[in-house]
Amino acid sequence: MTENAWVRFAARRLLRLLLSIWVLLTAAFLMIHLIPGDPVRAALGVTAPVELVNARREQLGLNDPLWVQYAHYLGDLFAGRFGTSTISGLPVSQVIADRYPATLELAVYAFLVAVLLSVPLGLSMAVLTRSGRRRRLELGFTSTSVFFGVVPEFLLGAALVYVFGVRLGLAPIAGRAGPDSYVLPVLALAIGPAAVLARIMRVETLAVLEADFIRTARAKRLPDRRLYLRHALPNALTATLTLAGLLLGALVAATALVENVFAWPGLGSTIVSSILAKDYPVVQAIVLVYGLGVLLVNLVVDVGLALLDPRSTIRES
Amino acid sequence: MSALNELSFRDVSVRFGGRRRGVTAVDRVDLTVPAGTVVGLVGESGSGKSTLARAAVGLAPLAGGEVLLDGRPLPRTPGRHGVQMVFQDPYSSLDPRMTVGASIAEAAPRGENTTAEVARLLDLVELAPERAAQYPAQLSGGQRQRVALARALAARPDVIIADEITSALDVSIQGTVLNLVRELQRRLSLSMLFISHNLAVVRYVSDLLAVMYLGRIVECGPVDDVLGDPQHPYTRQLVASAPRPGGIPTVLTGAEAALDTAEPADPHHPPPGCRFHPRCPVGPLVLPGRDDCRDTEPDGSRRRHQAACHYAAHASEQHNTRSTP
Amino acid sequence: MPRLRTPLGVTAAALLALVVVTAVLAPVLWGDRAEAVDTAHILEGPSSAHWAGTDALGRDIVFRVLVATRLSVLLALLSTALGVLTGLLLGAAPLLVGARVGRLVTAGVNIAVAFPGLLLALSFAVVFGVGAMGAVLAIGFAIAPAFARLTGNLVASVAERDYIAAARIAGVGRFRVLVRHVLPNIGEPLVVNATVAAGGSLLAFAGLSFLGLGVQSPSYDWGRLLGEGLNSLYVHPLAALLPGVAVVLAGLAFNLTGEAVARGIGQTTPLFVAVRRRPPRTAAPTPSEEDAVLAVEGLRVGFPGVTPVRGVSLTVRRGEAVGVVGESGSGKSLTALAIAQLIEPPGEVSADRLEFAGEDLRHGPTRAQNRVLGTSLAMVFQDPMTSFNPTQRIGRQLAEVAEQHQGLSRRRALDRAVDRLRAVRLPAPQRRARQFPHEFSGGMRQRAMIAMGLMGTPALIIADEPTTALDVTVQRQVLALLADVRATTGAALMLISHDITVVGQVCQRVLVMYAGRVVEDIGTTELATKARHPYTRALLAAVPHLRTDRDLPLTVIPGRPADPGDMPAGCAFAPRCGFADDLCRTEDPPLAGGVACWHAANLTVAGA
Repeated sequence: MTENAWVRFAARRLLRLLLSIWVLLTAAFLMIHLIPGDPVRAALGVTAPVELVNARREQLGLNDPLWVQYAHYLGDLFAGRFGTSTISGLPVSQVIADRYPATLELAVYAFLVAVLLSVPLGLSMAVLTRSGRRRRLELGFTSTSVFFGVVPEFLLGAALVYVFGVRLGLAPIAGRAGPDSYVLPVLALAIGPAAVLARIMRVETLAVLEADFIRTARAKRLPDRRLYLRHALPNALTATLTLAGLLLGALVAATALVENVFAWPGLGSTIVSSILAKDYPVVQAIVLVYGLGVLLVNLVVDVGLALLDPRSTIRES
Repeated sequence: MSALNELSFRDVSVRFGGRRRGVTAVDRVDLTVPAGTVVGLVGESGSGKSTLARAAVGLAPLAGGEVLLDGRPLPRTPGRHGVQMVFQDPYSSLDPRMTVGASIAEAAPRGENTTAEVARLLDLVELAPERAAQYPAQLSGGQRQRVALARALAARPDVIIADEITSALDVSIQGTVLNLVRELQRRLSLSMLFISHNLAVVRYVSDLLAVMYLGRIVECGPVDDVLGDPQHPYTRQLVASAPRPGGIPTVLTGAEAALDTAEPADPHHPPPGCRFHPRCPVGPLVLPGRDDCRDTEPDGSRRRHQAACHYAAHASEQHNTRSTP
Repeated sequence: MPRLRTPLGVTAAALLALVVVTAVLAPVLWGDRAEAVDTAHILEGPSSAHWAGTDALGRDIVFRVLVATRLSVLLALLSTALGVLTGLLLGAAPLLVGARVGRLVTAGVNIAVAFPGLLLALSFAVVFGVGAMGAVLAIGFAIAPAFARLTGNLVASVAERDYIAAARIAGVGRFRVLVRHVLPNIGEPLVVNATVAAGGSLLAFAGLSFLGLGVQSPSYDWGRLLGEGLNSLYVHPLAALLPGVAVVLAGLAFNLTGEAVARGIGQTTPLFVAVRRRPPRTAAPTPSEEDAVLAVEGLRVGFPGVTPVRGVSLTVRRGEAVGVVGESGSGKSLTALAIAQLIEPPGEVSADRLEFAGEDLRHGPTRAQNRVLGTSLAMVFQDPMTSFNPTQRIGRQLAEVAEQHQGLSRRRALDRAVDRLRAVRLPAPQRRARQFPHEFSGGMRQRAMIAMGLMGTPALIIADEPTTALDVTVQRQVLALLADVRATTGAALMLISHDITVVGQVCQRVLVMYAGRVVEDIGTTELATKARHPYTRALLAAVPHLRTDRDLPLTVIPGRPADPGDMPAGCAFAPRCGFADDLCRTEDPPLAGGVACWHAANLTVAGA
């Protein structure tokens, strides 16, 4: 019975993942084909000779019917061929391979920092300010977290660079070198989501503390530590994680902004320059990588939820 | 109001969900609400009684059979066609953003003098006409339930379905609503299907009583007959369980205790044969040899109170030897 | 309109007004000065002529930031409008185009919503080209999925409500239902979220412009100014700081406004008012009874603004079964929670006497008393569906008690839990102990709850409406089990219920509560014939039972239950009582001789 539920959950989740990947692939394909006008002409500029444009169109297969192009596109992807950059002439797969480790590191560290910062903070804030206690602390926490939730990552990054890099000289202002070069970019990326998550965590914990089963636990006269960590935390965490999935997915994409602030040699700085240079094969590939990253984060969050909350495997439909 | 009207369910089934994990909430039910009478419908939660009600007004899709009003099939989509319903929760059955008057007027047929009509209906449910300008939030639960009744009456129904209309109310308020329902039913000669889990409440307002278990009607007859001489063992259990002053609940022993604590039936996997057999005190788990309960579904059409039990008569004897109700 | 006169609301409104006024006026007033190129003063620091210095073409930064407000806000609003509109259409699709197509749309939205807005915006920027218009479309379509999901969820939650069903039954058409019932009831959260989305798109726009994908030269918005300023962060930090501050302020303005409106709609938190303390008007303290397991006198429970329990006195003897009956708002559950020391601030409990098992609990339990409460007081709550921790196995939740208070090892505590589950006749207790609460039926959970109380050696079981959520057949089982447990363990029982018949079945004595006080204390056997308080008698007559005469109308109690926030001066039941006179309306009768009524003596004769 229970194992059955897990199998069903896995099957359903896998199906959704595959469907999402298909949508992502198709969207990335359509993205290039929806561009008004001739992308080759746009990329090569108005001064390029007609022959060159036509040759390039033929080379890219743009003269074939759409469905043939779609089939080629999918076939190439499964064969690991991402095409070549129209600007640098390098294989796109090499561009990605060069760039993605830096982005991945940044995203993973920021994800961990955001979760590890927000959960204890939100929980302790909820406990300290429950049922109207410590109004000032609550006000301070709420306004600080709203503020950090609003400040965009790139601004925060700039502020961090200015304060810790330029004024205090405590950390490098750009680039990816020693461990200390990670501090500012990771913080810039993590603080915003952490602030929002901590607020959500606090609200969810407060809601859980009102629940009937907490009253039951109190009727058992358990010590506070056990009450909060054993009974409140797992339940608040499931509710928080449900909302956190989207937030942490957004964190993956936000690397694009932060990398530009810190001149971080990752995918984010590449995608922007590629968009500006109309280097479509590279843009397409990076969008795919980002999209897969987001789907992966969602998968991790969902599996975490399923493990934490015994009902979710059954409840989800 | 219109002439007397009869509502009948013919072989009605309602299914929810997909083929594999779906539930047959109502399974081939035949039930008639004769013109001008009140039929009470009792059963535990999950027995399908509310689903049956929703099927009558088109809120639940019919998987089979038909609902007839005076012999004519009712349309399968909701709309103003003769059957109106009053819901359980008066806090969710009135739009919080609409005045009482607007809610009632909306249900009335177009082209009437709505102000006068609303005042007449409010008077009918014993509310002052000034209430028309108020919002539901300004009313108590009992008053809201009266408004819900007035709204149902505004559509000039032939039949009213009352689904647990007093279970959300305080006991001191419940009485006034029950009195009003009885009074209106008699004055307007309404046909009514009155659903409740509370046997005493149903008994008070109903002429006929139907008992539902796991999507099936297991017994049906005149209310005093059914309660005074229940034929089906489930009805017997319901009557025995109804709280009564001074009756101390008995602790069962032996096989019956095991049955008593058995897991309640799962509508997703209804047992084969008689659906009540895993919990039946006169069934195969207590009396060996009653294997037909396990594999044959009992047909109640030829029995007293249409009791769907292979051993209806035996059950009654068995019971009488042990205790008197 | 909702209450917006909170500090938050005022701050938000002021900020928003500032942003809007600047957006309207700044280009008119300072448009020229913001464009004025001054090659003599390039990249200069703050001076009296240029408060925040100049940019790479010698233009004044303060004026540029102020003038950029209009374009920044306008573009943000444009993309928000686009996103919200698209989202509304997609979200309401199930209502507009039917369930089948609607399901497809919803599935698409659910997939799209997983992808973050920035990624969508980057992709759309490719499609629509680099520039302001492209960015508007990109951000607009990036907002749409989230808004569509929100709309879809709201529509679905409203569509399930009974008033929609009632309207449809009454023949109200699809479109009319949408316009008259659905939209008005989801309008507020949509407006709130649209406001927050406007803040979000403002920030997103700044991001795109910062990356060079948004507004193109010679136009400028905050993001572009910020990007330009960042290049000279070393020499001239103000050039980056000022547009940054502007972006954050404007973003905050939108977000806080949304938040303030949401709070105004959502909750009406009672103001923190000190509990009114009136001297409790109770009868003279009764001499302490030797065999009392629970003795309460003058118990009061107050919350800011209301005092729902106003001086309750009761005694439960060892092994006795006492029922407490009352309607919602009578204070019966709060009385139980107060006795069990489970009232949380801002609730306040006071009592002249509050003794359980000989321990004085008036000043909150000490550590030692907590152990006594944990082992000798068992609680059974109303809703078995929500009273267990959904993430822990039943066995662990029971074992916890023995680990905590009896010092049992994990293993032995679990063994005891299984043994106790067996004691409440739960089938297959070994297997059941390893299950989660959601795998139990309501009746089984209530059994498990009783078993939890039996982990110790209870002297008193407080059961608060233990069968209200259960079917009648299950109700009988649980009541029988409670009676059984009482017989085998010798524990006393305090059974709280709204149903006087249920209490009459199980208990020896009944306490009738009305408006936060005990109005009658009477033996169960005497209930039918010797009840003296008019409320008790009305309650008995108002509830139909299986022998009620069906030809007579039910006795009704006029009026509605007393409002704890607005208690009359005299007897709380006086406004609903046929026997009330001036004395009743001015003086609250004390509980004397088992009844709190000035006319009890006369009524016995009259009513008998």
